[in-house]
Amino acid sequence: MNRIVERFTRLAREGQKGFIVYIGSGDPNLEATRQLALAFDKLGVDVLELGVPFSDPLADGLVNQLAAQRGLESGTTPPKVLEVVSAIRKESQIPIVLYIYFNLIHRCGIERFIRAAAQAGVDGMLVLDLPPEESDSYEALMRQAGLCNIYLVAPTTPDDRIELIVQRGAGFIYYVSREGVTGMQTKVADTIAQMTAKIRAHTKLPIAVGFGISTPEQAKTVAASGEAVVVGSAIVNQIAQHGKAPDLIQRVSEFVKPLVQAVKQQ
Amino acid sequence: MSSIASDPMPDARGHFGPYGGRYVPETLMHPLQELETEYLRAQQDPEFQREFEYYLKDFCGRPTPLYFAERLTRELGGAKVYLKREDLLHTGAHKINNCIGQILLARRMGKSRIIAETGAGQHGVATATVAAMFGLKCVVYMGAVDCERQALNVLRMKMLGAEVVPVKAGQQTLKEAINEAMRDWVTNVRTTHYILGTVYGAHPYPLMVRNFQRVIGDEARRQILEKEGRLPDLLVACVGGGSNAMGLFYPFLQDESVNMVGVEAGGEGIAAGKHAARFQGGSIGVLQGTRSFLLQDEFGQVQLTHSVSAGLDYAAVGPEHAWLRDLKRVEYTYATDDQALKAFQELARLEGIIPALESAHAVAEVMRRAPTLAKDRVIIINLSGRGDKDVAQAANFIKL
Repeated sequence: MNRIVERFTRLAREGQKGFIVYIGSGDPNLEATRQLALAFDKLGVDVLELGVPFSDPLADGLVNQLAAQRGLESGTTPPKVLEVVSAIRKESQIPIVLYIYFNLIHRCGIERFIRAAAQAGVDGMLVLDLPPEESDSYEALMRQAGLCNIYLVAPTTPDDRIELIVQRGAGFIYYVSREGVTGMQTKVADTIAQMTAKIRAHTKLPIAVGFGISTPEQAKTVAASGEAVVVGSAIVNQIAQHGKAPDLIQRVSEFVKPLVQAVKQQ
Repeated sequence: MSSIASDPMPDARGHFGPYGGRYVPETLMHPLQELETEYLRAQQDPEFQREFEYYLKDFCGRPTPLYFAERLTRELGGAKVYLKREDLLHTGAHKINNCIGQILLARRMGKSRIIAETGAGQHGVATATVAAMFGLKCVVYMGAVDCERQALNVLRMKMLGAEVVPVKAGQQTLKEAINEAMRDWVTNVRTTHYILGTVYGAHPYPLMVRNFQRVIGDEARRQILEKEGRLPDLLVACVGGGSNAMGLFYPFLQDESVNMVGVEAGGEGIAAGKHAARFQGGSIGVLQGTRSFLLQDEFGQVQLTHSVSAGLDYAAVGPEHAWLRDLKRVEYTYATDDQALKAFQELARLEGIIPALESAHAVAEVMRRAPTLAKDRVIIINLSGRGDKDVAQAANFIKL
């Protein structure tokens, strides 16, 4: 069974919420990415989203843009991201989702990229700029490879689109909790519960809520409305601050620990 | 040419053959569908068409003349060269045609805020102008490098009441300005309309911008029939995103006797790798909402571009151009910085017209081609903009 599906099945059985971490690959370098992944696994993180650095990340706020830039500067190419996934797989079964812009897949060849990702031990992909309308062949190839094709639902998504998206998605539905790019916010959107209820009316897939969540309090609040919470920029920001510190992994772990606890106490 | 004649382009999902489409984050999908619906409705609405034509005529100064460039023709010693004088339009370039159309749409949709990207600043100025005319708030994103090399246009936009945001990411030119405008749009999509300035981006932009710009070709067709009693042999236009070229070419696509050439920015030369000639060094990719030709590396990272002209300095090209190239309906070539600067100066001295550096690329191609054609042949150049904005920059390269 796909590791993402397996994890959410287990969480549901145990009555637990999931915690998902996003980081940019190769920030500050690929060895740090490997070590961070292993540390997150030990902390009880349920899914790891690995950003694949792209030159034009138009869905991302400044924090993640800068992370992508650092990733590119450290020489991080898509094949190297897959190598790091293989390296992580030697020691950990943490579910891994690639968070990626379509051109990187398109350039490699959709079929070839998906095959390589599956071989490396990737479990799912979230392609920021590939809506279901453009993804016929992609979806079929993902299914064949046993990978989860994770789609976004946004606050601007009307009911009929939600229906279309949940029919075609797999693994979980990623609810983007507010209009905008990725990034930290002082307040979480107040429409989350309403929208997740709407999505739930159309699907049994777990719902992960992300965008703009950065503190344990926010994570706890949001966990009430979905099956999982995603924190990205706040953690990426820690990596940006401590990227050169010898105890980077420990510092980031200390930041992530209370977030995991807040969600798991739910 | 049968495929152009028989199939409406683009199809219902915005595809021009294998190009185009809608590759955007989910937050923008529904707003784009709404925009498409509203645009298709407006297109059928005689009241909208009347309003559009009214502003083009009384505010912008259409129709623009089709001018016979007598001295240039004599100098080149070949085909007759006509200039479609978009440079005489209000704000100094063809960009305002599209801005009038889109601001009327924005008003129909009840949007209170307008955003735009700009390269050379001409689209930014045109957007700031129509926003001022209708009293809407306006924010323009512009690469920091472009702000510097097109400083006059930055001042014009500010004079018109727009906020100009210099974008410092990446190579700080047009591509980064579009990224930033899309981030703004995704954040403020409920109140804001994004006036994209070229035949690029997600459906319906390439279709909509082409249709707002086709007035150039519709007029030119009428005018050349009046003046010469026949269709032209060759149309030439510069191609950045490609809106002025699509505007001129589109109404002639069914006329098989009319050849067309799109001129990209050759920068410092194709071999040197410092250019923006997507059809020379590019390959198929997906960027900023659409699938088209793109300058990218082996992994799909978008490559740096170079051109003396900010308006052509862009890594991708409109999807309909990619399709017309595949169909061999339009030929694409390039002019280097040096060739464009030379044409810039020639047109000023021979015709008393200082062209935009962008349009000078088209002039350069005609300077190469006209002498090889018989004297009874007819060429139309789209003189898409005037060069006031470029004089200070050009003076750095040209000995005055």
